[in-house]
Amino acid sequence: MVRYRRFLLPAVLILAALVLPFVDAALGTDALFTAITIAIFVMLALGLNIVVGFAGLLDLGFVAFYALGAYVIGWFASSHFNGVRFSFGSTATSLSGEAPDGIHVSFWILLLLAGAFSALCGMIIGFPTLRLRGDYLAIVTLGFGEIIPRFFQNGDDLGGFNLTNGTIGIKAIDSPGFPFLPDSLDTWQRFSTLDLNPWYYTILAMVLITVYVNVRLQNSRLGRAWISVREDETAAAAMGINPVTTKLWAYALGALFGGFAGGFYGAFIKNVFPDAFSFNISILILCMVVLGGMGNIYGVILGAIVLQGINFYALPQLSTVVHAIGDTIGSTAMSNVDLARYNFFIFGVVLVLMMLLRPEGIIPNRQRQEELRHDEPGAGDATGGARA
Amino acid sequence: MTTGGAAKSRSEALLQSVRSSSWSTRLSAVVIVAVLALLLSQALQEPGQFASQLVIGITNGAIIALIALGYTLVYGIIELINFAHGDNFMIGSFVGITVLSGTFVGLQFFAPITGDGGTLINIVGVLIALVVAMAACGLIGVGIERVAYKPLRNSPRLAVLITAIGMSFILQNIGLIWKGPAQVPFPELISSANILPGEAVIFRWKDLFVIAVTVPLLVGLSYFISNTRQGKAMRAVAQDKEAASMMGINVNRTISITFLLGGILAGASGVMYGLFNGITVFNVGFTQGLYAFTAAVLGGIGNLSGAVVGGFLIGIIGSMADQYIGVRWTSIVIFAVLILVLVFRPRGLLGDRSAVQGGGE
Repeated sequence: MVRYRRFLLPAVLILAALVLPFVDAALGTDALFTAITIAIFVMLALGLNIVVGFAGLLDLGFVAFYALGAYVIGWFASSHFNGVRFSFGSTATSLSGEAPDGIHVSFWILLLLAGAFSALCGMIIGFPTLRLRGDYLAIVTLGFGEIIPRFFQNGDDLGGFNLTNGTIGIKAIDSPGFPFLPDSLDTWQRFSTLDLNPWYYTILAMVLITVYVNVRLQNSRLGRAWISVREDETAAAAMGINPVTTKLWAYALGALFGGFAGGFYGAFIKNVFPDAFSFNISILILCMVVLGGMGNIYGVILGAIVLQGINFYALPQLSTVVHAIGDTIGSTAMSNVDLARYNFFIFGVVLVLMMLLRPEGIIPNRQRQEELRHDEPGAGDATGGARA
Repeated sequence: MTTGGAAKSRSEALLQSVRSSSWSTRLSAVVIVAVLALLLSQALQEPGQFASQLVIGITNGAIIALIALGYTLVYGIIELINFAHGDNFMIGSFVGITVLSGTFVGLQFFAPITGDGGTLINIVGVLIALVVAMAACGLIGVGIERVAYKPLRNSPRLAVLITAIGMSFILQNIGLIWKGPAQVPFPELISSANILPGEAVIFRWKDLFVIAVTVPLLVGLSYFISNTRQGKAMRAVAQDKEAASMMGINVNRTISITFLLGGILAGASGVMYGLFNGITVFNVGFTQGLYAFTAAVLGGIGNLSGAVVGGFLIGIIGSMADQYIGVRWTSIVIFAVLILVLVFRPRGLLGDRSAVQGGGE
C-alpha cells in the first residue's frame, strides 16, 4: 500500500473536482460558473509556471498568448469573416439549414489550433529575445503583452480589412459540442449556457492534462535542463545544454497552455474583446504563481484558487460588510464603496509581502526555496538565470 | 597625392566596416534611413505642420526625459527596473492638482487656483505645486526603497523586480482610491496661445513652460552628479558598491538619495504633464512609465545623458507617429522601439553605463 500513497492526495483532489457539479446542484450554490473561470486561471497559472517556475524566466506578457488563443476561436468559430462560408464539424447552423456566414470549424480542432498558434507565436517572440538578461527579457515580454492587445484593438482597419473588429471584439462565438452524439445526450451535442456541466468537465479535463504534462516535465530531461539553466546558465552550457533551445521550449510550452486556456475562454464567454487582455491579467497570473509557490504544481493551483476566490467571493462579501457598517454609522463613502474595484491593490500587496516574507510561496518547491533564500549576491540569479 | 591616399583609406575603412557589419545592423540602417526620408518628404511638403509637431515632440520628450532619468539613475546604481517609478510620476500629477485645488483631506487651505486670479497667482500656484509634488514624490521614492527594496538588497534580481511590480500596483490603486477612475482635469493656468507670430509654426507658452522648467532641472542634476561630494559618492557606488563602502561611503544613504532624486524629477514631470495636457488619470503612470523606460533603454540604461537624448527621441517619435501614422498606433510604435532596441542593441545609443557592464562613469 505504501507504493500507492503518493497517489492518494491527487486521487482525492481529482475525485473532489469530479463530484463538484453534483454537490453544487444538491446545495444549489450555483458556483459552477465561478469554478469554470477559476479552472481557466488554474490552467493559465500552470502554463506560466512552466516559464517562471521551471525555467526561471520572468514573463510579464503572458496575457498575449491567452489573447491569441481566444482570437483564434473568435476568427474561426463565428460569423466574423462574413465574406466566406465554411463549415467543418461545427455546432453552428443557420435557421434555413444551409451553411451560416463566416468560418465555423469544430471547437476541438480549433482548440488544438489555438494552442499551436500561441506556441508558434511564443517561439517567434522568444527566439530573438531569449539571449537577453533576465530583467530585459521581462520587459520585452511586457512589450509584447502590451502590443498584442493594442493590435487587436486597432485591427479593425488594417488597410481596409477588419481583422479584429476593434474594441467591440468578435461576438457570438459558436458553442463547442459533439454534433454526432445521439439526441439523448443533447447537452453534450451543443454546450449551452443553461447547463454548465459539459463546460466544467471539458475544462477539468484540460486542467488535468496540463497538470499531467507539468508533472511529467518536472523530472524529465528537459525539466532538469531548465533547473540547471535557471541556476547557472554558463555551467549548464558547459555541460552541453543549449540554453536558448531549453528556454525556447519553456516559452513555447507555456504559450501552448496559455493558448488552450484562451481558446476555451473565448468559446465559454462567447465574446472576445481586447479589454479582457490587459496587463493586469498578466500580473494576476504571475501573482498566482508567486503566491502559491514558483515551481510547485499544488502551490500554483492553490494560488490560482485563492486569488480568484478573493476576486469572486471575499471582496464582494467584504463589500457588503463594509456597506452595512457604512449604513449603521451613516457614512455614505463607506456604504457606496466597491471593494472589488481595488482588487489589484490587494494583489500588489500580495506580491510585495510574498517577496519580502516568503519568496518561495505558500507551498514551496524545495529547490526554488533554497535558491530564493540563498544570500550570496555573487551566486546565480535564481529567477533569471546567471547573473550577467 | 597624400590627401587622395588618405581619402582612399578612409573610404576603404568605411567599406570595411560595412562589410563586417551584421545583417541586422544593415537592415536597421536601411529602415532608419527610409523612415527619415519619409519624414523629410513630409517636412518639405508641409514644413509648418512638421515644425509644430516637432515642438510638441520635444515638449513631450522633456516630460519623458525627466521620468527616464529616474529609471536610469536607479538602474545605474542597483540594477533594478524601478517599476513603481511611473506610478510615482502619476502621484506627482495628483499632488499637483491637489495643491492647485487648495483642498486636502476636506480642509480648504486657500481658494482653488483656476487661472482667473491673474498671472502672478498662476505663477506662484504652479511653482508651489511643482515644489510640493517634487518633495512628495522624492519622499515616496525613498519610502518605497526603504520598505520594499532595501530588505531584498541581496535577493535574486527578479525577486526585487516582482516587488517593484507589486509597488507599482499599490501606488496605482492609491491613485484610484484618491481621485477615482475618471480623468482629473487640470486648470488652464498656462496659456495655449502661440508665442510666435503667424499661424505657420505653433510654439505655445505651454511648450516654453515645460522647457523652462526642464532645462534648469537637468543642469542642476548634472551639477549635482558631477560637482558635489554626494554626486561623486553616487558615481562610486554605481561602479562598485563594496569598494565604495570600504572607502567610507554610506552606500545605503547614497541609494536613498538616488531614489530621492528620481522621485523629485518624477514629481516635476507629473505636474508638468498635467498642466501641459490638461488632464491626468490614475493609470497614466503605466504608459508614461513604459515610454520613459523605453527612452532610458534607447539612450543606454545607466547613462544620464542617454536618458535625456532617449527621452527627446521618444517624444519626437511619439509625436511623429501621432501625426503621420495615427494616434492609436503611437503606443505600438514606441513599444516596438523598446523591443527592437532591447533585442538588437541592448547597450542603447550612447552606451550602457550600468555596473553590470563594468562601465561606471
